[in-house]
Amino acid sequence: MLKILVVGGSSAIAHEAARHFAADGGSLFLVDIDAEKLDAVAADLRTRGAAKVETHVLDVTAIDQHQAMLDAAIASLDGLDAVLIAYGTLGKQEESQADVSVALREMNINLISVIALLTIVANHFEAQKRGCIAAISSVAGDRGRQSNYVYGTAKAGVSAFMQGLRNRLAKSGVSVVTIKPGMVDTPMTAHMKKTPLFSKPHVVGKAIYDGMRQGRGVVYAPWYWRFVMLIIRNIPEPIFKRMSL
Amino acid sequence: MHSANVTKRYESWGRYPKPEHAAVEHMRWCHDPPDFATLDHTVLPFGYGRSYGDSCLNNGGILLDITELRRLIDFDAEKGIIRCEAGITLAELLDFIVPHGWFLPVTPGTKFISIGGAIANDVHGKNHHVDGTFGCHVTQFELLRSSGEHLICSPQENSELYRATIGGLGLTGIITWAEFTLKPILSAYVDMERIRFGNLEEFFALADESAEDYIYTVGWLDCLSQGKNFGRGLYTRGNHHDPPLDAVINDIQAKPKITLPIDFPNFAINTLTVKAFNEVYYRSQLSKIIRGVVHYDPFFYPLDVANDWNRLYGKRGFMQYQCVVPYKDSLEPIKEIIRRIGVSGQGSPLVVFKIFGDVESPGMLSFPRPGVTLALDFPNNGQRTLTLLEDLDRIVRESGGAKYPAKDAHMSFESFEISYPNWQEFAQHIDPMFSSSFWRRMMAGREQIC
Repeated sequence: MLKILVVGGSSAIAHEAARHFAADGGSLFLVDIDAEKLDAVAADLRTRGAAKVETHVLDVTAIDQHQAMLDAAIASLDGLDAVLIAYGTLGKQEESQADVSVALREMNINLISVIALLTIVANHFEAQKRGCIAAISSVAGDRGRQSNYVYGTAKAGVSAFMQGLRNRLAKSGVSVVTIKPGMVDTPMTAHMKKTPLFSKPHVVGKAIYDGMRQGRGVVYAPWYWRFVMLIIRNIPEPIFKRMSL
Repeated sequence: MHSANVTKRYESWGRYPKPEHAAVEHMRWCHDPPDFATLDHTVLPFGYGRSYGDSCLNNGGILLDITELRRLIDFDAEKGIIRCEAGITLAELLDFIVPHGWFLPVTPGTKFISIGGAIANDVHGKNHHVDGTFGCHVTQFELLRSSGEHLICSPQENSELYRATIGGLGLTGIITWAEFTLKPILSAYVDMERIRFGNLEEFFALADESAEDYIYTVGWLDCLSQGKNFGRGLYTRGNHHDPPLDAVINDIQAKPKITLPIDFPNFAINTLTVKAFNEVYYRSQLSKIIRGVVHYDPFFYPLDVANDWNRLYGKRGFMQYQCVVPYKDSLEPIKEIIRRIGVSGQGSPLVVFKIFGDVESPGMLSFPRPGVTLALDFPNNGQRTLTLLEDLDRIVRESGGAKYPAKDAHMSFESFEISYPNWQEFAQHIDPMFSSSFWRRMMAGREQIC
């Protein structure tokens, strides 16, 4: 059964995806910043049939500790088949606009630490010539919009980095899956007013599971965001810049 | 599916009365409760809003949404004991436990309720005469009080709070997780029989005859027919299906081999069509008795196939009515209630009719008790409806019966006190930060009397 490292393992979306791997009898190594939340998620996954669940507390911005964490995961699971990177923050755009340090902090968590992590994971999987790397990007990265372009910039960076990795690792038999959720009803969006465009974490979790199993390239979740973003990307810039999006 | 709905409505299932909450807070982790010291309103836990009246509302106060507490904690597949967070639905639990050969110990007529709600309302089902209420199977739970204490409650530990919280309408604190025992099954199917009965005497004879051999029994009564058709209906009884020895447990969720047309017409809840519907429904079963093997879903949850069926009643909402009355000495009170409903022409076409057994619940405010229980909907026609329901309540009070808070938006304090003579013992265990619209309505009614 699959051996999976989930970074951001107690996030709502990651947990929903992990439930499917657990039900299949997979083994999971969960990494997050809060030990108590990790314990609650680990108990759920064990109960649902995971062969093994280990937890590891880490602040992902401590980039010098990434390699030790990856080594611990590989040792604990006795190998590694897949990695899911599922953490992130959604800061308020106005705060990022007003204060450079806030914007850079957002970039550090959502982009820089992800690039660091993806680099060592990619090297590991390239060497073992198999595996699946999945990372949660966002539809927000498909086009910069005034309402969240700092977050969107980070996610655009993740998407581009993943695209490059996919190109590089295809010949090594490693699949690289970029997940692009739309708006999801999770603690991260608790401050936002919910509209019918929001979807539930379990819908996105299932899409991640299916996308990783099938080794797909880019997964929009739910699927209809592919077409929503196709339209949004194709609005001519002279018109787009006047829209309030 | 219900869970795909993100624009959640914080209202009760009957959509009456209409609440205005000061705020809705979310509790996402058992170890991470709201900071009660900073809250300036009372609090009430809220799950999926399947209580019909105002017991799940806290008008002017804060609702604490616990539906993200939906993680499993432990499962003993040998002994059939599960521990889970309190916001998980029965539907999610069934998806997990049935393939392991286990079923809920007790289930109400919808699976879209939380475990916390099942305990707080001490829900019952078609097996009450054998297995009692849901609370009878709860081995322990954690109760979070506004003081910040996390208390383990069981028959041995904090036993008074255990008894107060079972049926305690969410007023004693937040149930964060619970542990309970399951029922072993060999398949996901139910051997079902449905029998036509012509009057109440036949119903009680069927109930007597079935009590020992069938763990699930329930009647559907046509309350609009008078004269020689008075008290006619359909009686359903069933047991979990045991497959032949060569059937493997992996097939437990497979499609039923025999299907029966037992789905209920969900769209017939309209007073204009009530009489015609009842005639058709009753006559649709031509033979005296039909038998078959059905999946547990249509057997236990016929109405769940129609999402939001409560909205068929429109904006004014509706009122559920459920009472239990003793019948051993005299059938007169229950007959009188059915007669009144029939004459009024206000009720829903189908009345659920069931004999409660004498399995005692630990819950202080537990509703089920020996007697016959009856449940139906009334479209909200304002004062006309309230007057009728109070007429029925009077008969219930005089017979020594009881009303069910989970389905109530109208009962008087007098009815509540007669139903729950030990309510003052219960009230001592209410958390000082917790309240509900139902509870304030009862206490206001009490002040009027005193």
